[in-house]
Order: sequence, then structure tokens, then C-alpha cells
Amino acid sequence: MPEKFDVIVVGAGPAGTSCAYTCAKSGLNVLLIERGEYPGSKNVMGGVLYRKQMEEIIPEFWKEAPLERPVIEQRFWMMDKESVVSFGYKGLEWGMEPYNNFTVLRAHFDQWFARKAVEAGALLINETVVLECLVENGKVIGVRTDRPDGDILADVVVLADGVNSLLSKQLGFHKEFRPDEVALTVMEVVNLPKDKINDRFNLEENQGCTIEIFGDSTKGNLGTAFLYTNKESLNIGVGTTLSSMIKAKLKPYDLLDYLKTHPMIKPYLEGGESAEYLAHLIPEGGYRSVPRVAGNGVLVVGDAAQLVNAIHREGSNMAMSSGKMAAEAVIEAKQANDFSESSLNRYKDALYGSFIMKDLEKYKDAAHVFEKYPQYLRDYVPMMNRAASKFFTVDGTPKRDKQKEIMRNMTSERGKFGMLQDIYRAWKAVK
Amino acid sequence: MHIVVCVKQVPDTKIIKINPKTNTLDRRSAPAILNPYDAHAVQAAVKIREETGGMISVLSMGPPQAVAIIKKSIEIGADRGYLISDRAFAGADTLATSYALSKALQKIANEEPIDLVICGKHAIDGDTGQVGPGIARRLDIPPITNVIEVSEVNKAEKTVLIKRKQISGYELIQTQLPCLLTVEKEINSILYSPLPNMLRAARYEPVIWAVSDLGEVDKTQLGLKGSPTIVGKMFTPPKLEGGKKLEGSSDEQVSQLMDILMERKDLLKLKETSTAN
Amino acid sequence: MMEEYRGVWVFIEENDGAIEGVSLELLGAGRKLAEKLEVPLSGILLGHEVTKLAKEVISYGADKVYVIDNPVLKDYRTESYMKGVIKLAETYKPEIFLYGATPNGKDLASAVATDLSTGLTADTTMLDVDIDKRLLEASRPAFGGNIMATILCKKHRPQMATVRPKVMKALEPDSNRQGSIIEETLNLKEEDMRTKVLKIVKELTKKTNLAEAHVIVCGGKGLGDIHGFQLIHEFADTIGASVGGTRDVVEAGWLPHEFQVGQTGETVTPKIYFAIGISGAIQHVVGMKNSELIIAINKDPGAPIFEVATYGIVGDALEILPKLIQQFKEMKTEKGGEISYA
Ligand SMILES: Cc1cc2nc3c(=O)[nH]c(=O)nc-3n(C[C@H](O)[C@H](O)[C@H](O)COP(=O)(O)OP(=O)(O)OC[C@H]3O[C@@H](n4cnc5c(N)ncnc54)[C@H](O)[C@@H]3O)c2cc1C
Ligand SMILES: Cc1cc2nc3c(=O)[nH]c(=O)nc-3n(C[C@H](O)[C@H](O)[C@H](O)COP(=O)(O)OP(=O)(O)OC[C@H]3O[C@@H](n4cnc5c(N)ncnc54)[C@H](O)[C@@H]3O)c2cc1C
Ligand SMILES: Nc1ncnc2c1ncn2[C@@H]1O[C@H](COP(=O)(O)O)[C@@H](O)[C@H]1O
Repeated sequence: MPEKFDVIVVGAGPAGTSCAYTCAKSGLNVLLIERGEYPGSKNVMGGVLYRKQMEEIIPEFWKEAPLERPVIEQRFWMMDKESVVSFGYKGLEWGMEPYNNFTVLRAHFDQWFARKAVEAGALLINETVVLECLVENGKVIGVRTDRPDGDILADVVVLADGVNSLLSKQLGFHKEFRPDEVALTVMEVVNLPKDKINDRFNLEENQGCTIEIFGDSTKGNLGTAFLYTNKESLNIGVGTTLSSMIKAKLKPYDLLDYLKTHPMIKPYLEGGESAEYLAHLIPEGGYRSVPRVAGNGVLVVGDAAQLVNAIHREGSNMAMSSGKMAAEAVIEAKQANDFSESSLNRYKDALYGSFIMKDLEKYKDAAHVFEKYPQYLRDYVPMMNRAASKFFTVDGTPKRDKQKEIMRNMTSERGKFGMLQDIYRAWKAVK
Repeated sequence: MHIVVCVKQVPDTKIIKINPKTNTLDRRSAPAILNPYDAHAVQAAVKIREETGGMISVLSMGPPQAVAIIKKSIEIGADRGYLISDRAFAGADTLATSYALSKALQKIANEEPIDLVICGKHAIDGDTGQVGPGIARRLDIPPITNVIEVSEVNKAEKTVLIKRKQISGYELIQTQLPCLLTVEKEINSILYSPLPNMLRAARYEPVIWAVSDLGEVDKTQLGLKGSPTIVGKMFTPPKLEGGKKLEGSSDEQVSQLMDILMERKDLLKLKETSTAN
Repeated sequence: MMEEYRGVWVFIEENDGAIEGVSLELLGAGRKLAEKLEVPLSGILLGHEVTKLAKEVISYGADKVYVIDNPVLKDYRTESYMKGVIKLAETYKPEIFLYGATPNGKDLASAVATDLSTGLTADTTMLDVDIDKRLLEASRPAFGGNIMATILCKKHRPQMATVRPKVMKALEPDSNRQGSIIEETLNLKEEDMRTKVLKIVKELTKKTNLAEAHVIVCGGKGLGDIHGFQLIHEFADTIGASVGGTRDVVEAGWLPHEFQVGQTGETVTPKIYFAIGISGAIQHVVGMKNSELIIAINKDPGAPIFEVATYGIVGDALEILPKLIQQFKEMKTEKGGEISYA
């Protein structure tokens, strides 16, 4: 007879670990199952961890978690072939408690976080793949792993198995992705001495910088690139939706190579040593792609529930919050000894009432708009670069004349009406 | 049957990096793992236990983090784990290691007599293979190294039949229990551990002993003090000069190479078996 | 106390009435150490009906041979051999004592070192001596071979080391060399032995072929895939050579493990070694660098393999190999000849 737990959580990413931690803290008997060699061993993230949601789970986590750097500057680049228009914000208050957000290396962070869950009483097993949910009379009663004697039972199974979530697909909660619902992102960790990073990014000890790069970073396709500073390495990565990749016949590796050798970026990486290479999907379908998140004896959290805000590159925070909300629903269900869908729907209600679904709803058309009208990244970024170049080049032309000329160039390129339409559409999508 | 397997935590040399400036190990780069040979040793013990019944204990000397490899051994199927961990053990070479481990083995034997000790052929960090025979000498039991098969364990007669790898081929050896084996990787393949073992390992907490728990110990034989060998210096292997590069197109390179080879009559001859008739 | 210990010793490993190659190599290496220290070099020979081999030991450089000939020593066993060696060492007190890093050599040395409470360095690949301090400097690859460590044993004697086969060079045997043979006895009875060797099975696997091959064509990941690697087989067939591979090739499943050359595979010393599409990682190089003629083909002019190669070709193996195969085939048909190796 297989052993039985109160909760089995599948996947020790931010979502699963938050859930396991919260359940264990309240005294539930929790089993956390991870397929990697250890939590985080294969997990991929650009690397911005948001303070707020993590703090709600472990207060003052920054005092002990393996973080890379607190982010004190965020830059946004509109990049063309040989130029860039940039804006951003740098604030020293972000370098002090309670901080805004941090860069992290997931291999370190996830391990630490999982250890916290274990200290709270959860049981963690690694190198074990959950093959399927065990279902009896329409209720999920446990999971089957790939190990000999591998069945194990629970009142509730929480699926935190990441973007692909085969398990929720098996339950019919999910369908296969459409190519415009996911982005394929590749990234590299490039080792670089601390001093070099500080010099190149104009940082001091324990200060971090993030750069989001639009435009030529994806050769004008829908997607973005990023360059983040860790303690002694940089994370550089780029992703586009699968659909644009297919349409433009792009190979993700080529795109990353292109980015790394781009004249605006190369100087930052000079002399670095490539340490790790990773590829991963990001759910970008947003609000409309969120699947069913609760069933009889089962909940879906994090990327598995497609909870990612692609525009703001927020994912880990939504994963954590959803994991916590799921845990709270499980704890209540346990008290009521009712693990039916209607009981577990507490989680769904909490989710839809939270910032997560509100944010996702706000941007529900954004990706779609950008996908459908490629001119935003393809045309406007170069246009902005030309305009900036014109404006800032000192050649004796009065500034007023320059502005006029810039406007003239822009409208002739895209047509006055077309441009207004674009601006309106974009505003509507993100308003 | 009470089998004790000695297991060591080692840095994974597959991913190890050396800092070229200081010639020291970049610890960050190397995750700690169960010495692969010791995993085979535990697996070998599991197989013997299947036939003879009994119990498997594992013993390790190392820092507190070595608990992880004891848990790993429980996953493979060990029943109990002991870790001896103390600053006094630090810096031990193989002589001091075998001394400390033999003291712990004696203590374990006081709780439950030991019939068989199994070690890995060598640890992939030190690469010596000296600790196993050293333990055997200290316990005065026969060591059998390079074991590729445990063919028979006769509990009643207290004998074992063993295949030991040799330079070419193997030898079949019979010896008495208790004895000590060091095993090659060929002896088995590590099985995928059943889920109940995983759960047991996740919950398991090994017994941890300091020097003071080991009873009568001669402290001068422990750790750095008890180690006759020291590392004098570390250096990167001398670079060799390299020879001549053959230039030109690939056709030219090939024909130059053919000329060179044909010149070297000391190495290679063309037998002119005449086909003319 | 330590001054009582003088002389360099080599354990002579005997199998089937013949001396192992590594023991002869160690006599060569030991000779150099002994001359630097101005002490005699001795061979330690144990076994049954082995006294006749003592002359050979002398011809390879020993000044003295200590022999224990006893039926109990017919096959190697730790308990019996250890007793003999310890008796000799305690009586004659050598300062340096070398063993081949073979299964038996390592087994014996480990047991002896424990009983003599002295230091033992494993798998040495470089030997030297500090003459003033009379200190053996035994260097060996550490941490997976990326680095060498010199191990010293300052306060204990004898200083012991096991040495990898095929890294030291044996001297040319000289049957006119003079030396003394000292026969000792050992009070051992078969009944006292806890261990019995029931059977010795010789298996001449392909592995041993590789170690003894005269010509090896060794391929690396540079061949691209298992199909590209076929060119290695074809070339080797054409010139009658043995095939070898790097660890990466073995791990990719293009070749079984017994064909791996290098630190965790075979150490080889052929007359001609072709390294094709091989980067020349240190772990590979330690296994082949003593080959007589090394020919490397690699696309990357900066590949470290060129540092050990006698001749290097910077180029695409997939382009060059077919041409080389063609050339040899033509030569064979033209001259009607067959290639043989001296
Ligand atoms: C390139 C990239 C950059 C990103 N940048 C950011 C960023 O800067 N900030 C941010 O907040 N978010 C970012 N995200 C998104 C963020 O990484 C995810 O939203 C977040 O990791 C989701 O957490 P999760 O726990 O739901 O899933 P995951 O982190 O994917 O964890 C799922 C876990 O489940 C395990 N698993 C899967 N299947 C099984 C199975 N069958 N059995 C057992 N275990 C299983 C996996 O091994 C994994 O450990 C980025 C994503 C990518 C790809
Ligand atoms: C503890 C340890 C033990 C090890 N033991 C061994 C061992 O025993 N044996 C061993 O071999 N390795 C061993 N290794 C692995 C070793 O470090 C290297 O990884 C391995 O030797 C590399 O194999 P390779 O040269 O085939 O592959 P790579 O390093 O990938 O080199 C391929 C080479 O082919 C060249 N190339 C590519 N295409 C072409 C072409 N078309 N034509 C010509 N050249 C081309 C490239 O320029 C490159 O130099 C060990 C490593 C460790 C850590
Ligand atoms: N610190 C240790 N703790 C437990 N066992 C060890 C330790 N060191 C060595 N061993 C055992 O001795 C074997 C040979 O190790 P070594 O002689 O260091 O190559 C290993 O495979 C282990 O079984």
C-alpha cells in the first residue's frame, strides 16, 4: 500500500516550493517532488526576483537567500543596427532595505528556497519524474512516478510543473500551445570578474543593473532581449514567440549569437567566459490562455497555469503568489476535510481577485497586438533611432527645424494616419 | 550478515575547474557527489543482502555536508548511516583516513559485529585506492581489491568467492569472512532506486560522531598530524613544444604527410610483395 | 633514525614467469634516483621459482636483488606478499620504495605502507629527488588531471610511491651488468593463509590490443557524428591500425569504453599515433603523449593537441581523411605492397 500525504507538490520551482513551504509551515504532511538533480538544476530565468511576493512568504529573505545583486537601475533600450535610444531609472533607494528587486541565479536560489521548505517540514525528493496523476472516480488521489514502486497518494496534488505542464494537459485542463502563446528564450550565463562588471555598468559593490532590449535585439520580431548583472557574471538572453520564430525562420541560437556580437552589446561581454547555456519556454498567452486551475483533488499553479506577464517579464512572483494561494486553499480544505473542486475553488477565487489575474487582464490584448502589427518593433525602433540621431547631432540646424524634419520623416515613412492608429492601438493594449 | 560500506563525498571532477592563477580548486565549480565507485559498493552490498539477509551500514568521514551522500546511500538501499565529522580529522591522508575509519568501524562492530567491509576501488578526488587496504590491515582482515564480481557468499562456512580483476583477465579468489573488498565499476550498474527508498532517505538522519565519541583514539594519528605525506606544490603540467605544422592546401598537406611517413622506414615499411609475373 | 634508511628499491612484479613491463620501467627510473643519491638500486622479487629472473632484474639496472622464493608465494596474495616485503624492508631499510601502479602493486603498497606507518603516493607520473634533503618528489595528476601535485613524505621512511605503467623508460638490458643476489626466506605455511587463489583466467580483450598496438588511429568529437567516425575505422582498416577514441567519443556511444585512450582509459605508446578531430585535453594527452610519432589533424590551429604532435595538419578531417585513405589505397595497389610496421 503506497504511503499517503496530505499534499503532493509536483515541481520545486518558485510556485511549487512556495506552496510546499506554506503547507508545511501550517503543519501539513507535504511531499515535494522534483525531477532535476536538485531544485533549480535546470531552471531558467532571466533573473529578476521581485521582493514583494517573496517577502510575503519569507520575511526579510534578503538577509539569507543567495541573491546576486539588488537592482538599482533599470534601463530600456530601443536598439537599431548601430545605435540605441535608451531611457531608464537609477535610484539608490533601491539598493537599501526593503529593496525593489534582485537578480538571482536560479540554480542557487531554488536550492535555498527548497531547503527552507524542508526545514519547515516538507519532504523533498529529487531526480524523480511524475509521470501522471492517479485518478479515481474523477478525483485525483495521488501521482505515479517513474521509480519502481512509484505510486504515492495524497488528498491534494498541486501541479507546479512549469510551462509545459504535461500533467495538467493529461487531465484535460490544458491544450497544446498555439505558437503565439509561448516564447522560446535562450540565454547564457557569461562569467566576468566583478570589477569589470562594476566598471562597465557603472555600478558599485552590491548594486545591480538590468537592461531590457527591444528592436534589433530580435531583428524586429516580437520579443525582447535582456542583459542582467549578477555578482560575477552576466545573464544575456533573447526570446521571441514561437510563431514569429517560425514566420521569420529564426533559429534561437543564431539570434543569441547575433545579440552577443551586436556592436551595442559586445563591449559589455568582452573577455567573458560562457559558463552555461539554457533554453526555455515562457508562457505568453496571458489572460486568455489561463487554463482551469482547480479540479477534484488537484490545483495548478505558476507557469503551469500560464501565469506570466510577458510585457513586464514577471513570472516568478506570480508563481510564488499563486503557490501560496493554493497552499492556503489546501489548508482550508484540510480543515473542512473536503478536497472537491468546489472546495478547492477557493484558490481560483483568490487568484482571480489578486494582482495576478488583474494584471493579466489588463494586458490581455498586448501581445496579440504586437504580434499582429509587427511595425512596432520593426519600424518604430529604427525610426526613433534616426530621430534621436538627427536631434542630437550638432550641425548648425536650429532645433525647431530639426523637430519639424523629424516629424516629416516619420509621417512619410508610416503615414500620419497609420501612425496615429498604431499609437492608439498600443495605448489601448496596455492601458 | 552485517555489511559496512565506506563512502566518501567528493567534488565532481567532471565539472571541476582549477583557478589557473592560484592552481587551487575552484570549489564553487564542483558540486559534491557520492564517489561513483562507492555507489557501486553500496549497490553490491544491496545485492548481497538480497541473498543473505542482514543489514547494511554506511560509514563516511567528512564535513557535516557529507550527510547528503549518506542519504544517497540510503536511496540505493543502505539501512543505516554513520558520519564521523570533527576538525581533528581534517587534512588526513590515506594513512590517517584508514586509521580514523578503522576506529569508527570498531565502534560500529561493538554494536553489531561486522562480517564484510566494502570500499570503492578509489575516490575520484584523491584517486589513490589506498584507504581500503589500509583499513583491512588495521582490522587485520584480508583485503581483496579490484573486485568485479562477488560470486558466492557462504554464510554458514563464512567464506566468499570473488572475481578480482587483473592486468589481463581475472582471478577467482576464495577468502574468509570478515574481509574487505574494494569494488570496480564493472561489478554492477546502479539501479534506479525505488520510491520508498527515496522517501526513507529524505527522512533519514545519520548518526554523527566526533572524535570523542570513538573511544580510545591516538590523536597523533589523526588528520594533518597523522599524515606522513604532504602536498609540496601544485603546478600545471609542463607545456610541450609541439612539432611542425604542415602548410598548404589539403592535397599538399596529405602529400607532405605521405612523404614523411614513407621516410620513416624505422616505423613503417612497405612490403614489396611483387605482383609482377 | 631516518639516516639508517638508504637505497632505492623497486618491487618486481612477476606474472606467469615473466617480469611486468612496469617493473623494468621502474628499474630505469629508480636507477636515476639511485645515482643522484649515490646509493644502490635493488629489485625485490617474490614468488615461486623466480630466482632465475634475478639476472634479468640486474640487466635492467639493479645492483642488488632480494629474492624470496616460496611455494606459498606462487600467486599474488596480499597477506603473503606483504609479510615478505615488510620483513625485507624492516631488515634492510630502504629510503625509497617504488611499485608499479598495477592492481597487485597498488594493493601491496597500500598494505605495506599501513604496517610500516609511512607515506605512499599513488599513481605517480613524475619522479625526482631533492638530493640535499634526500626527499622523493613524487608528482601525480590531481583533480581529474587538470593539475599536477608533488607529494612529499618528510618524516617517515621508506618513502613509497606507486608509478603508472608506461610513463617511465626502461634501460636497454645489459647482460654484462654485475650485481648481487640475496636470498631470504619466509616462514609461511599454506594452512595459515586466509585467502586462496582458485583460478587465474587470462582474457586477451581488445583492450590489451590497444595497449600493445603499433599504430593507432584515434578519433575525437571533431568527426562530427558516428557516421563521420566511420572514416576513422576506414582509415585504420586501410593501414592496418587499431582504432581508439576520446572519452567524449565513448560517451557519445561511437565506440565501446575499452577503446578509450587517456587517463580514465588506456595509456598507449604506439610507434605512430594519429589524433584526428581531438582537442588534446590533458586527460587525453597523458594517455598518448609518449607515442613515438604523433600526427594531429584539427580544424582549430590553437588546439592543444598541436603542442604534443610531431606533425600537425590544420584542416578539416572530413576532407583530409578520404584523401589520405585514397593515397594509401593507391599506394597499395600500385606497388602491390602491404604495409608492415617495424
Ligand atoms: C529566459 C527566461 C527569463 C525569465 N525572466 C524572468 C524574470 O526576470 N523575472 C521573473 O519573475 N520571471 C522570469 N521568467 C519567468 C519565470 O522563470 C517563471 O515564471 C517561473 O520560473 C515559474 O515558476 P514555476 O515554479 O511555475 O515553474 P518552473 O520554475 O519552471 O518550475 C517547474 C519545476 O517543475 C519540475 N518539473 C516539471 N515537470 C515535472 C515532473 N513531471 N515531475 C517532477 N518535476 C517536474 C521542473 O524540473 C522545475 O523544477 C523568465 C523565464 C525565462 C524562460
Ligand atoms: C576526470 C576526467 C577524466 C577524463 N579522462 C579522459 C580520458 O581518459 N580520455 C579522454 O580522451 N578524455 C578524458 N577526459 C575528457 C577530456 O577532458 C576531454 O573532454 C576529451 O578528451 C575531449 O574529447 P575530444 O577531443 O574528442 O572532443 P572536443 O574537446 O570536443 O574536441 C573536438 C576537436 O575537434 C576539432 N574539430 C571539429 N571539427 C573538426 C573537423 N571537421 N576536422 C578536424 N577537426 C575538427 C575541434 O577543433 C576540437 O579541437 C576526462 C575528463 C575528466 C574530467
Ligand atoms: N573520508 C572517507 N570516508 C569514508 N570512506 C572513505 C573515505 N576516504 C576513502 N574512503 C573509502 O576508500 C575508498 C578508496 O579511497 P581512496 O583511497 O581515497 O582512493 C573509497 O572508495 C571509499 O570507499
